[in-house]
Amino acid sequence: MKGIEIYAAIAYVVLGPLLGGLLDGLDRVITARLQGRVGPPLLQPFYDLRKLLTRRIAPVNRLQMPLIASHLVFALLTGVLFFYGSDILLIVFVLTLASVFLVLAAYSTGSPYSTIGAERELLLMTAYEPMVIIALVGLYGVAKSFNFYAILGSKMPAYLYLPGIYLGIVYVLEMKLRKSPFDISTSHHAHQELVMGLTADMGGPALAMVELAHWYESVYLFALVLLFFSSSWISAILGLAFTYLLIILLDNATARVRWELALSFAWIATLVAGAGNLIPFYLISRGTP
Amino acid sequence: MSSIERSPWLIHYDASSCNGCDIEVLACLTPVYDAERFGCIVTGDPKQADIFLVTGSVNHLNAPIVKNIFDQMPEPKAVVAIGACAYSGGVFAECYNVSGGVASTIPVDVYVPGCAAKPESILDGVVRAATILKEKERARSKAKRFRKRTSREGGAK
Repeated sequence: MKGIEIYAAIAYVVLGPLLGGLLDGLDRVITARLQGRVGPPLLQPFYDLRKLLTRRIAPVNRLQMPLIASHLVFALLTGVLFFYGSDILLIVFVLTLASVFLVLAAYSTGSPYSTIGAERELLLMTAYEPMVIIALVGLYGVAKSFNFYAILGSKMPAYLYLPGIYLGIVYVLEMKLRKSPFDISTSHHAHQELVMGLTADMGGPALAMVELAHWYESVYLFALVLLFFSSSWISAILGLAFTYLLIILLDNATARVRWELALSFAWIATLVAGAGNLIPFYLISRGTP
Repeated sequence: MSSIERSPWLIHYDASSCNGCDIEVLACLTPVYDAERFGCIVTGDPKQADIFLVTGSVNHLNAPIVKNIFDQMPEPKAVVAIGACAYSGGVFAECYNVSGGVASTIPVDVYVPGCAAKPESILDGVVRAATILKEKERARSKAKRFRKRTSREGGAK
């Protein structure tokens, strides 16, 4: 069993960017079709990445590049630990560390736009962290394990036991994947009040590393969603496709919220959907030994 | 196809004019004209941009800003001057504070005609600028190879 886990971790390192980039490209095509546009080619994110890597630009300061490199390394490490079958509670802390490095990189530039973006990213982190912890506790309740493969192998239809927590995870995905209405820290769309935000003053290779880290992140976030639908192949495929399309639909159907709303929405969702799901689940599961 | 031609990222700046051309630049992003199908992303950051879209005439107050944005962009870069004002100063050319078109401050690669310029012609200008970028990149890599060869052979100092 240990052999498979090592191969999964290696496959994640090699194929992660490929899958993440394709998810991003498909997202842009579907978004364009929803808006009645032709949209960019499917491989557009890879063209962007290749171009960004060839651009030569002097970094803003000596601190920025090491911080962004750390962000990439820890985003990669999160996924590697995840697919290697480590304790997923540990993974949450590595995930937070990766985001903290990105925020520090944004603060280091001194640009007012990246400072606003960094502050909003910190607010988003405080908004989604409680929900992630609740989701892991809920998954532990279903599978009695904090190991990715043990939860995956338990074949429990977690979405039936934890529908509220699943909805909460959709909230988290909206924030982590920088989707509207929670794309307050940074966005590629030019119609927003803060366009690049967090990634302002990051040119060429620096932005390429942020993009790459984002692709790695999106792969293990969808692997986390997979844990809710691991009862059969059909439910896994349908569940992942439904979540992916739901996130894109929400991105197109909603406008960016203010940070106060983002924070209160997320905490209300955590309390109502997360805790409201967890407490009855525990009461029922204690009643049936 | 070179990578820069497939993903030309834009930054736009309205120097000083009636703002009509700048609105048409943003119209290029709407579903009707869809600039994203050429791989364009409008960034707010000159460090991430490849093509600089300037509308309006340049005056003494904003000439340093235009130059600053241009200087922050990494090489190779292209400048598209959009509309009559960006070409010559347009109806504002005779004003005491106007120094002329965009070319009075920074080198221009593509001129887009019109007052205001149509979104179709702006898109045409962007696509042409992307082709110019590809040629610039090719020339740069050729020059780099030449420098490497000559320094190895010890000639042409």
